[in-house]
Amino acid sequence: MEESRADGRNPNQLRPFSCTRNPLDRAHGSARWAQGDTIVLAAVYGPKPGTRKGENPEKASIEVVWKPMTGQIGKQEKEYEMTLKRTLQSICLLTVHPNTTTSVILQVVGNDGSLLPCAINACCAALVFAGIPLKHLAVAIGCGVLEDGEVILDTNKAEEQQLKSFAHLVFPNSRKSASSKEPNQKEEDSERGLITSITHGVMSEEDYFSCIERGLAASSRISDFMRTTLQKQAPGDV
Amino acid sequence: MAAEAQATAAGGLAGEMEVEAYRRLFPLAFLERHLRESVRPDARRPAEARPTTVALAAVSSAHGSALVRLGDTAMLASIKLEVMSPSGEAPDEGSIAVEFHMPPICSPLVRPGRPAEVAPVISKNLEDILMSSGMLNLKELCLISGKASWLAYLDVYCLNADGSLFDAALISAVAAFTHLEIPLVSVGDDGRVFTVGGNEGKAKYELVNREKRKLTITNVPFSLTCALHKDNVLADPTAEEESIIETSVTIVLDSSDQIVSIQKPGGAVTSMTTIKECISLAKDRRRKLREILMDNVEAMEVDQTD
Repeated sequence: MEESRADGRNPNQLRPFSCTRNPLDRAHGSARWAQGDTIVLAAVYGPKPGTRKGENPEKASIEVVWKPMTGQIGKQEKEYEMTLKRTLQSICLLTVHPNTTTSVILQVVGNDGSLLPCAINACCAALVFAGIPLKHLAVAIGCGVLEDGEVILDTNKAEEQQLKSFAHLVFPNSRKSASSKEPNQKEEDSERGLITSITHGVMSEEDYFSCIERGLAASSRISDFMRTTLQKQAPGDV
Repeated sequence: MAAEAQATAAGGLAGEMEVEAYRRLFPLAFLERHLRESVRPDARRPAEARPTTVALAAVSSAHGSALVRLGDTAMLASIKLEVMSPSGEAPDEGSIAVEFHMPPICSPLVRPGRPAEVAPVISKNLEDILMSSGMLNLKELCLISGKASWLAYLDVYCLNADGSLFDAALISAVAAFTHLEIPLVSVGDDGRVFTVGGNEGKAKYELVNREKRKLTITNVPFSLTCALHKDNVLADPTAEEESIIETSVTIVLDSSDQIVSIQKPGGAVTSMTTIKECISLAKDRRRKLREILMDNVEAMEVDQTD
C-alpha cells in the first residue's frame, strides 16, 4: 500500500536532520538546523535594552530578520518574518525581561523545500542555546497533500511541485512525564493543540485534519531529537 | 431603591467617565468582563460579524472597482488592465499583480513614508488566495497566445483600519473582479496591440475581441478572522480586540466549502475543537457574504439595463 517516494522515503518519513550548537561566536545563541538539504542558520542577540516605537515596554519584544539565500527581501520574506515573530512571541516568557529587544536573525543556507518549518526549528534551538526563558519548545513540520489526497510529510522541493496543497504546522514540544493518570489527561489535551498553521492551496477539511494528525505524530520524533541534542550538549557545559 | 436610582442618575456622567477610564487602563479586564456575559464591548455576540456593505463601480476610471465596509473598516479595491507580453513559461495566460496599501490616513499606527509591517503580508496572502482558489482563469486574460495578454493591477487601499483587514481586503478584491470589464483592443499595422478608445478604431483595425466582456468567476473565496481568547471565539475582531487578544486565525473557504487557507500565525496553543468551531463560523459567514455580493451584482446589472 505504501508507495516509496522519489528519494526512497515512505509518506511518513522525515528527512535526516541535524543541529549544530553555537556555530557563531559573536551571537548569544545560534543554531544550524538541517533537514535534508534544507539548511537554516539562526542567531539570537539579546536581550538588549530598549524597545522600538510601538512595542509594549512592559514586555520583551522580539525582532525577526529573515535573509534569503539569493535576492532581496520581498513579500514572502516579510510573511515568514511575521509568522516567525508571532510564533516566537507565543513560546517566550515575555514578562521576564521587560523593555528589552531580542533579535533573531535567520540566514537560509539551503532551500530544498519545507523551509519555514526548518527555520522555526532552528529558531527554537537558537533560543535555547541563548538562554532565553521559554514556556515550552515548539516543533514545526511541513505536510503536503497530493492530488489523490495522500498526505506526505517533510516535503522537498521536487515534491512541492506536485502538491495540490500544503500545510506548515507548529506544535508545542511533546512532554515526557511519569505521573498519575489525571495529569496525563491534562497534558494530553494541551499537547493536542496547534500553535501555528500556514496553508496554501485548496484542501478539504478531512485533508487538513489528516495533516494535523500526521504532523502531531511526526512532531514527537522532532521533539525527541531536540531533547537528545540538548542532552548531548549538557555534559560539555559542566 | 429610589435613592439608589437618584444617585445613579446624578452620577451618570461620572459613571461614564469611569467606564471609559476603566476601558483604557484595564483593557483586558474590561473585555473579559464582557465576555463573561457572552457579549462584546460593541454589543455584538461573540460569533457575530459586523454589518458588511459592498459598493461596486466606486472608481469610474478603473476597469473594475469596489468599496467594501466591514463595520468601520473600509477597503477600496480597483483593477486596471494593461496589455503586455506573456511570459515564456505560460504564453497563453495573463497575470495579476496585487498590491495592498495602508496610507497614513487609515490608522494612527501607520506613519508617512514607512510602509506598515502588515501590508506586504496581506499583499502576499491576497495574491496566494486569488491564485490558488481557482476563482480566476488566467487563460481568459490572453489576447494573442505568446504575443499579448492582460496584466491586471489589483490595488487595494485600506481607508480605515478597524480590524479584520484581510477579510475586508479579500471581499473588496473579489467584488472588484466581479465588476471587471475587459475593454476592446485592436491590432495595429505594426502588430502592436492597443486599446480602442471609441468608435473610430472599429473602422480601421481588426478587433481582437468582439465585445466588452466579464471574467468567468468560479469558486469565490471568502474569509473570516476569529480572535481566540481562552475559551472564547470572537468572529470579525475590531482593531481594539485585535490589540488585546494575541491569538487569531483566518480561514478562507471557497464555494464548495473547501479550505483555501487557514492562517494562524503563532498565539496560544489552540485545540482542534476550537479550529473546527472557527471553520463552522467561516462557513456561515461565507454564505452571508455570497448573498451580499450577489445582491450587489444583480443591482448593478439592473442599473446597467436601465
